Amino acid sequence: MIPFDFDYYKPESMDEAFKCYQDLLINNKKPLYYGGGTEIISMARVKGIVFDSVIDLKGIPECSQLEVSGGKFRIGAAQTLTNIAECNAYPLLSKTIKRIADHTIQGKITIGGNLAGTIKYREAALPLMISDCSLQVMTQGGLAELPFSKAFNGKLQLKKGEFLVSVLIEENDLSLPYNHVKRTKQEKIDYPLITMVALKNEKAIKTAITGYGDNPIILSERIINHKLYNVEQKINKIINLAHSDCKGDLSGSREYKEFVLENMLQEMFSNFEKIG
Amino acid sequence: MHLSGNSIIVLNVNGEDKTVMVKPAYTLLHVLREELSLTGAKSGCENGDCGACTVLVDDMPVKSCLMLAVEAVGHRITTVEGLKNAPIQDAFIKNWGFQCGYCTSGFLMVCHALAMHKPDADDPIIEEWLQSNLCRCTGYEEIENAVKSILSGNYK
Ligand SMILES: Cc1cc2nc3c(=O)[nH]c(=O)nc-3n(C[C@H](O)[C@H](O)[C@H](O)COP(=O)(O)OP(=O)(O)OC[C@H]3O[C@@H](n4cnc5c(N)ncnc54)[C@H](O)[C@@H]3O)c2cc1C
Ligand code: FES
Ligand code: FES
Repeated sequence: MIPFDFDYYKPESMDEAFKCYQDLLINNKKPLYYGGGTEIISMARVKGIVFDSVIDLKGIPECSQLEVSGGKFRIGAAQTLTNIAECNAYPLLSKTIKRIADHTIQGKITIGGNLAGTIKYREAALPLMISDCSLQVMTQGGLAELPFSKAFNGKLQLKKGEFLVSVLIEENDLSLPYNHVKRTKQEKIDYPLITMVALKNEKAIKTAITGYGDNPIILSERIINHKLYNVEQKINKIINLAHSDCKGDLSGSREYKEFVLENMLQEMFSNFEKIG
Repeated sequence: MHLSGNSIIVLNVNGEDKTVMVKPAYTLLHVLREELSLTGAKSGCENGDCGACTVLVDDMPVKSCLMLAVEAVGHRITTVEGLKNAPIQDAFIKNWGFQCGYCTSGFLMVCHALAMHKPDADDPIIEEWLQSNLCRCTGYEEIENAVKSILSGNYK
């Protein structure tokens, strides 16, 4: 049971949603955009979040798109993880989101909620961080398209009142060879100890991880693809470089996470070596 | 749509339209149990972890503790009361799929949806769907046997 009341709005267009948020602000309200609501409801239940109105984005057509068209995979921010995985246009993304929470909750969590949420893992961001990807954001000046790296820096960089409308991924990246590993403390269904994803194109391997520290991070592409280092040297250098990002928590100590990452990287290099 | 304070909404539950007074903060679980007296969906963790509150929304399993009742407007809700002698219910009895029964309605809904959507499900798919729910009494094997007995795969 949520122990306080709030108002519920379900706009049918991007403009209506944006205006609704602004109007509520002017009236000294504390609105929240609402995707799947799983984080909002579970935090509200324990009074871990403050708001008095929610604006449900699921009635906005642009937030519900899910198609490959015009050379891009277009995913509305209010699309559920289940729908994205079932359509399977980007197998690395499907594989990653099929390991977020559990199968039933994947039908409720939205990709926008996973990227914008306060729970630090944001696993759905990993495949987007290493592909040619942009985000459509509803801003004061209308719909803006921003490169993923500009709009997401471990966390979604949105100004107050802005909301994520869609994720666009270049079609060329969708079928690249990939690697995905999620390690948890114990159970299969759990937050990650570390989740690592990697993509290999004709020029380079790109890798991102989450669970290691406060936010998802990209591992140094320069070191991973360095021509003069052998695999062991690359792994040592990556771990040294990411040392300051590494944080121990209930899932594992800092030392343990570094040990686990070392093994994950070893596995990743050897997997990509096999496919040439 | 804008709802504030006590509001009247129509929910389609087990094939019938029900008019109900809700506040936007009410979860679907709360409305089913407290307003509609459908107590089959159970409250466990209310945090998305246990699955005891699972119902079907448009034939897909949903943890009703993590859904607002207002979100369900315009969708079809099925609770365990709406199963009405579905094959999975008999399969649970024949395979000893429960002990205390607290988790059972949630498991029944997941298994029923699995049989509907993936009648040829193999072991990894069965595992993926069942892992959304927890049972503190059985060893899960009985539940797995029950669902396998109604799938059209190679299990019969
Ligand atoms: C039981 C459980 C297990 C979980 N396990 C994992 C896991 O294994 N890995 C993982 O990475 N995460 C996990 N999560 C976290 C989950 O992915 C996030 O909490 C996510 O926010 C939920 O998405 P949602 O659509 O339900 O978000 P909501 O609850 O709707 O929103 C979450 C936040 O995002 C904001 N928001 C939502 N959509 C938008 C948008 N389009 N634009 C701007 N802001 C927006 C909301 O205002 C709110 O602040 C888990 C959560 C639960 C409840
Ligand atoms: S009560 Fe809903 S998942 Fe536990
Ligand atoms: S039968 Fe008791 S919790 Fe499952």
